[in-house]
Amino acid sequence: MTPDDFTFVARLLKERSGLILTKDKSYLLENRLMPVVRARMLKNLDELIERLRGGQIDLTETVVDAMLSKDTGFFRDWRPFQHLRDVVLPNLHAARLGKRHIRVLCAGASTGQEVYSLAMQITEAAESFSGWQVQALGVDISREALTAAEQGVYNQFEVQHGLPIRALLRHFNKEQDSWRINEGLRRMVSFRPWNLLDDLYPLGRFDIVLCRNVLAYFDQQTKLAVLQKLSRLLFEDGVLYVGINETVTGVSSSFTPVIPEHGIYAVHRDGHPDSRSLAIAS
Amino acid sequence: MKRCLIIDDSRVIRRVAAMIIQDLGFAVEEAENGKKALDACCVRMPDVALIDLDMPVMDGMTFLRALRQMPGGDKVVTIICTADSGPPQIQQALDGGADEYVMKPFDSEIMHSKFLLLELL
Repeated sequence: MTPDDFTFVARLLKERSGLILTKDKSYLLENRLMPVVRARMLKNLDELIERLRGGQIDLTETVVDAMLSKDTGFFRDWRPFQHLRDVVLPNLHAARLGKRHIRVLCAGASTGQEVYSLAMQITEAAESFSGWQVQALGVDISREALTAAEQGVYNQFEVQHGLPIRALLRHFNKEQDSWRINEGLRRMVSFRPWNLLDDLYPLGRFDIVLCRNVLAYFDQQTKLAVLQKLSRLLFEDGVLYVGINETVTGVSSSFTPVIPEHGIYAVHRDGHPDSRSLAIAS
Repeated sequence: MKRCLIIDDSRVIRRVAAMIIQDLGFAVEEAENGKKALDACCVRMPDVALIDLDMPVMDGMTFLRALRQMPGGDKVVTIICTADSGPPQIQQALDGGADEYVMKPFDSEIMHSKFLLLELL
C-alpha cells in the first residue's frame, strides 16, 4: 500500500466514523481489510482501495465497519458498574419515583455486552425497578456488531470476561457451547445503528449514558463535539461513564468529574446549585 | 503478599494457573488433590483457593465442605475451576459454598476479571 493509499483510507475513516488511524497503526489496515478482500473475492488490497476511490458506497460502509474496534466485555473494569449499582441506581430510584421511568444509553454498544451489563445492574438493584418503564438503548455505527448484539449469544470466553457466575445463571440460557441472554433482559434492551458524529437529539433524553472506550479513537475536536452532544442528551442530574483510561477533563467543560479514575462524570450545572447529580452519594 | 492455593490434579493446569495468578500479584502454592490441599490449609490458610472438581483421593466439593468447617476456612475466597459448564453443576458448586466459578479453558483475562469481581485486586 502506498503512502497515498494510507492517507486516503485514513481520511475516509475519519470522515465516516471519527476514527483516527495513525501511521503506527497501519498494520491494522491489512489485518482488518484482508477478510473484506477475501469475502468480496478481490485480487488484493490494491484492488479494494481502487474500488473505494471509485466511490463504491456499500464497500465503503463494509470497510469502515471492518476497521472499527469491537473490543468490549461484560462489566468491563467492574468498579464503574459497582458505582452504578451502589450509588447511581439508588439515587435514580429516589429521584424518579414520581414518573417511574428511566432511560439509559450505551453509545458505542458494539456487540452488546455493556448495555446488557447495565440492564443486569438495573434488574439486580436493591431498590426494585419492577413495574417501572426501563429502556436501555445501545447504539453503534457497526451494523455487524449490532447484529451480534441483537442476537445476544456469547461464547464461553465472552461470558467469562467479567460476568459474575451468578449473573450468568440468572440472565442466560445455555445452548450447546453458547449462552443466550434470556428473554426478560433481552426485552429491556434495544439497539439502533447510529453514528456518534451525527445529530444525537432524535435518540431522546437519558438518565445515564455509557460511552466507554470510544472517545480514545477520536481526535480532540471530535471528542469535544461528541461530549457536547452527550451532555445535551442527559438530564441535568444525569451521569456519564467513559472508559477508565479516558478523560473528559481538559476536553469538555460540559461535565464535572465525580470519580474520574473510574471514568464517572456528572453534567456540569451552571446556576443550578441545588440540583444534585445522581452520581453523588446521598 | 496474598496467597492463592491452586488445587488441580493436572500439573499443566497448575502451572498455567500459577503463572497467571502470580502475575496478578499473588504468591501461589499448589496441591494435586483435596487431601493435600487440606494439609496445606492446616499449615497456613490461603486467601484464595482455585479448586478443580474432579480429582483423585479427594474431589473439589469434598475439599470445599471440609475447608468451610476449619477455623478460618470460611474466610477463604473459593473459585471452582473445572471443564464442567452445565448450569446444574454450577448451581451445585455455588450452593456448596463456592464464591465464583471458572469454566476451563481459561485465559489470563478471565482470571483477572474474576479476581477483580471478588475484590481481590
